[in-house]
Amino acid sequence: MTVGVKRVGAATFRLDGVYVAASGTAVGDKEWQGPLGQYFDLHWTPPPDSKSFEQEERDLLRRSQDVALAKAGLDWEAVDVVLGGDLLDQLVTTSFAGREHGRPLLGLFAACATFTAGLATGSLLVAGAGAQTVVVSAVSHHFAAERQFRYPVELGNQRYPTASWTATAAGSTILDHKPHPLRVEAVTIGRVVDWGQKDPNDYGSAMAPAAVDTILRHLQATGQTPAAFDAIFTGDLGEFGRRLALRLLNEQTGEDWSQRLDDCGRILYDRKRQDVHNGASGAGCSAAVFGGYLSARLDAGAWHRLLLVATGALLSPTSSQQGESIPGIAHAVAVVAEGG
Amino acid sequence: MQAQGADEALRARYRYWVEAMRPKKPLARNLAWAFGVGGAISEVGQWVQWFFQRQGMSPDQAGTPTAIVLVGLGALATGLGWYDRLTKVAGMGASLPITGFANAMVAPAMEFRSEGLVLGVGAKLFTVAGPVLGWGMAAAFVVGLARLVLGVRI
Repeated sequence: MTVGVKRVGAATFRLDGVYVAASGTAVGDKEWQGPLGQYFDLHWTPPPDSKSFEQEERDLLRRSQDVALAKAGLDWEAVDVVLGGDLLDQLVTTSFAGREHGRPLLGLFAACATFTAGLATGSLLVAGAGAQTVVVSAVSHHFAAERQFRYPVELGNQRYPTASWTATAAGSTILDHKPHPLRVEAVTIGRVVDWGQKDPNDYGSAMAPAAVDTILRHLQATGQTPAAFDAIFTGDLGEFGRRLALRLLNEQTGEDWSQRLDDCGRILYDRKRQDVHNGASGAGCSAAVFGGYLSARLDAGAWHRLLLVATGALLSPTSSQQGESIPGIAHAVAVVAEGG
Repeated sequence: MQAQGADEALRARYRYWVEAMRPKKPLARNLAWAFGVGGAISEVGQWVQWFFQRQGMSPDQAGTPTAIVLVGLGALATGLGWYDRLTKVAGMGASLPITGFANAMVAPAMEFRSEGLVLGVGAKLFTVAGPVLGWGMAAAFVVGLARLVLGVRI
């Protein structure tokens, strides 16, 4: 197969010969019991000997990578590059997993947009023939994130209606140049968009403008209309962020996108029954939703072309306390079902 | 079409939408729960105090052992993983009583156990209660000073 990459706009690239070989997903209890539970590979439970949430997160990541490799029929020696990230300081989960698999590793951070940052980078690496087999991973663990970003786990507090629930989930996707049913068609690297939202209990409103910016840039560069996509999935704007994104898209294009645009964080849980307010978030959310549900829809022929636009809120607890607004970013990856 | 180059008018409109469309807190429900749970905790505290008074203590003397019992109960409920669920529905109704203080101390103690007894528990024990204690003491100092200067007697 010939691989190739063509720049069609500012940081938008059309790719040839980049395929999704397999995806592996592992999710926690709450995610497994959610409406998408049946689509995930592994119902992960913490290993009995784990001493910390951080250790558990590493186990979760490794399990998703192992499943992906098993599904693709590969072992670690066949992997040329590993790309990925998590939400913990200094990317310890991704890096510590690297000391076990021992493959060349590029840690990435784009908060909850990490998965598409990895998919885009990995696709460019394959298209440029720089690598043949790339593993892209993203992981988050609810309690590990809580204790880093918010409060101790057992401390009682009331969550805001706009707050989202960090998912305990990991998704790993393997990209290579051999033909498979799913092909990466084009990618757009997002830019940082900050419209001054400051509420750390509401990432959706901070990230929605970034998602809209990337979606419109991607369409403009590729010359596609929204109708070219059967589904456009942002991740993790949640219920509120999606409504804001729809409003912005409507304002800027004059079209109603509500039948086309949905959000990974909005569908991972049953928001009423599972008491998660705005929906799910976390680097692992869009990775698991893509590897589980979205890939399955493409594989089944329900959709032909998908635009996955994971969104990240690029704040730290310190920046928030210092009164800074929340910068958002979104990276887009278009995936087509070949012959679907 | 470009969101980044969007004019200030669009951003202003966006800020308006965020405020107008933001889901509201269920204020009436939250207040009712806070009232009920906060009242119930206070009621339990009152029974405990009466218990100590029946053992022959004056109301003032009974205050200290009552506080100890309530802090103990709050710590136990935190350790069993119950107190955060209570606060989730009751809000300040559960945070404000002294049992909430126990929760604010025990939760970080449990949390940072994995970083060791000295740099974990020792250093992080007051991460939640610290601001309340620090500024509470500062406020007490100011009030005490004012009382001294103005010569107010209780």
